[in-house]
Amino acid sequence: MVVKIYKYCVGVKMIKEIRIGGFGGQGVILSGIIMGKAAALFDNKNSIQTQSYGPEARGGASKTEVLISDEEITYPKVKNPDILVVMSHESLLKYYKDLKEEGILISDPDLVHLDVISDFIDKNKIKVYEANVTKIAKEDIGLEIVANMVMVGVITKITNILSVNSVKKAIIDTVPKGTEDKNIAAFESGYNIF
Amino acid sequence: MAEEKKQNFITNEEKNPYIKYFRRDRLPTIFCSGCGIGITINSFLKGLESAEMNLNNISLVSGIGCSSRVPGYLKCDSLHTTHGRAISFATGLKIGNPDLNIVVFTGDGDASAIGGNHLIHAARRNINLTVICINNNIYGMTGGQVSPTSPEGSLATTAPYGSIDTPFNLIKLVISAGATFAGRWTTAHPLQLSKTIKNGLLNDGFSFIEVVSQCPTYYGRKNKLKTPTSMIKMFKENSINKRRAENMSEKDLLGKIIVGEFVNNPREEFSEKIESLSIKESGKNTIRKSAYKI
Amino acid sequence: MTTELFIQGNEACAMGAIKAGCRFFGGYPITPSTEIAEYLSTNLPKVSGSFVQMEDEISAIGSVIGASWAGIKSMTATSGPGFSLMQENIGFAMISETPLVIVDVQRGSPSTGQPTMVGQGDMMQARWGSHGDYEPIAISPSSVQEFFDFTLEGFNLAEKYRVPVVILADEIVGHMREKISLQNKIETFKRVMPKEDPKTFLPFKNIETGTNPMPSFGDGYNVHVTGLTHNELGYPSTMNPEDHSNLVKRLVNKILKNRKDIISCEFKYCDDADIILISYGASARSTMEAVKIGRSAGIKIGYFKMNTIWPFPEDEIDKISKNVNDLIVVEMNLGQMVHEVERIVKDNARIHLFSEIGGTLPKPEDILNKVRELL
Repeated sequence: MVVKIYKYCVGVKMIKEIRIGGFGGQGVILSGIIMGKAAALFDNKNSIQTQSYGPEARGGASKTEVLISDEEITYPKVKNPDILVVMSHESLLKYYKDLKEEGILISDPDLVHLDVISDFIDKNKIKVYEANVTKIAKEDIGLEIVANMVMVGVITKITNILSVNSVKKAIIDTVPKGTEDKNIAAFESGYNIF
Repeated sequence: MAEEKKQNFITNEEKNPYIKYFRRDRLPTIFCSGCGIGITINSFLKGLESAEMNLNNISLVSGIGCSSRVPGYLKCDSLHTTHGRAISFATGLKIGNPDLNIVVFTGDGDASAIGGNHLIHAARRNINLTVICINNNIYGMTGGQVSPTSPEGSLATTAPYGSIDTPFNLIKLVISAGATFAGRWTTAHPLQLSKTIKNGLLNDGFSFIEVVSQCPTYYGRKNKLKTPTSMIKMFKENSINKRRAENMSEKDLLGKIIVGEFVNNPREEFSEKIESLSIKESGKNTIRKSAYKI
Repeated sequence: MTTELFIQGNEACAMGAIKAGCRFFGGYPITPSTEIAEYLSTNLPKVSGSFVQMEDEISAIGSVIGASWAGIKSMTATSGPGFSLMQENIGFAMISETPLVIVDVQRGSPSTGQPTMVGQGDMMQARWGSHGDYEPIAISPSSVQEFFDFTLEGFNLAEKYRVPVVILADEIVGHMREKISLQNKIETFKRVMPKEDPKTFLPFKNIETGTNPMPSFGDGYNVHVTGLTHNELGYPSTMNPEDHSNLVKRLVNKILKNRKDIISCEFKYCDDADIILISYGASARSTMEAVKIGRSAGIKIGYFKMNTIWPFPEDEIDKISKNVNDLIVVEMNLGQMVHEVERIVKDNARIHLFSEIGGTLPKPEDILNKVRELL
């Protein structure tokens, strides 16, 4: 597993840029918050989480971006993601072109059809991981709404940027009280896919 | 002129039991002779005394217009705000210190045109404010323009062919919005008015008192009622008590001023609800004058 | 002791307000500021404070002015459209010397514009939005930490100078999450109660410098507060040219004579720079990044970040302009603060605008390209 290191001109500063896209209601933004928090509070790194959303309360496009670095992060937005996670076909079409060469693309194959960008994947040597997180959430945990935590597990495993314990701490710190166990279980299901 | 007016105030001092409540250094007032605001102030002060309340514990809030100048003449804390917004300032003042008794002086334009939204929302919340709306059916301070309560057909500088608007019935408006106390009198009923102001002050909730008042300078002059006395006479002749009006047809009530107390129906007051929430969440009343402490 | 949190800018602002002593919030929901109201509706009752959702932004600021005169540190939060609605009452707060804090989380504008996107179009509205002569204080955070710190500072300045203070934030700073460190011990400026007898106290005394102490309603001072031009007693004096001039000049001077105390700026790499980039708020993040990249490529550029927007850091800008060839103002509007820079710098250096509108942050590479054009 290779994560391409984005090198700034100053020193050896490394920033990992992660973008997660989906639709409103999937908990995409929460998954970004958890990863940002895991990095900032429990892994002793710097991180910034941003988000964008349309005017729709439910169902519109939803996107979160997380930057993680060992050093101070000035520019808070993702330029070219090292890691693109797509939980809707719309977000794939909208964001795939920004993905860095040899970048990582993670998708839920039940919601996204990667074949439409197969040329792009080949040309740019994109590393593709398909994890049907929505199905796993429904079948393993019995709760479709924790698909986002399954996906966080997948991202944590594949990217190896964050430590498992930190992500778990961040989950417990963030999710509503009483739902910690289900969310942690979902995270573990995702972590064990690959 | 002004000196002469001032002299009159001073010589009349013994005859006016309420002069002690005035900021003496601000007299004479800017009000025209014959204006209904003087009668309203006296009725207010009488109502205050009969409610056994002290002006020292009253905060007056007002907006813009002739009626909104009242607080500046009375010896108490007074907040003379922007046009139409008095009730929103008063809302913050009341919530910021629920121990204050707050009276809002306003007019027909201030309360129901530019400030109409704040009026209905304060009534909806049932926040403990006593709003005294001096309704002279015209914009006096700006020189006689049509207002939301100007009767259809009445003349104003911006209704030279007669008003074509349908006027507001302010009492119906505030009752529909949730006011827990509402009454209307004219300046021809100073005693009844003072009693209603007293009842309004004692209501622990949103109280609205409409005072149909004369503006001889603009409304009267434009509408063939040139003297204050002719206007007060007109009020007297056209006023019908609420009880009598209940048995009259709409046609018979056309052009009449229905007077009386229309609702006195207390329910939980807004700043008390905020206090209850504070007690529930912090174990204490909302903090008083904390800017000096924290 | 310090506590570390990973939170959104808007939450940090609301936490900063409570730390500063804010115990009243009156507001009206508007994207992208609403999280501030939501946080305070939950947390003010827990510290014996009050939250009220008003019927619009006009009444929101009205209620805040009322609560301030009740003796409570008070705040509202909004975005461009609501800030526009507040302008008349901001003028009232200016002339009546009412301390309060207004948070404006800016979005794409004019009008309803881009509710969920970033913009910096309200800079001049914060300066001139209400009618007449006045000197506002406005500060602009660039990070979640600064949003917390500047809100706290905003309350202190509001109380110290008895003025409304505007926190000119933006959608990026309001919505992004970063780590912040909270010091347990925080200094707050406490409002000053007059010591004089109410009979002789002049609430709006024409003092040379400084700020008059402020009684609350219910303290027995029988203070008259009016938006009309008033004399030292607070009584309307609308026809006396001297009273008007004394009042307005005093209000303006209490800010201008204390510029040094109020103004805060940040410099980096300015000493040997040929080109200095000037920015503020979220744009400053792009600017700092551009400078870092440029420096590592051997370009002599520096940055100047305005934390204080109003009063405009005139002396500081004048000083940096004397040793450089070019100044580039980076902002998310079609050029607002650049005009202030031009006013001060005159012929000291050439002034350029890097403007980005549309709802996205300026890209550091694009800023650098502009720099390269000038080399």
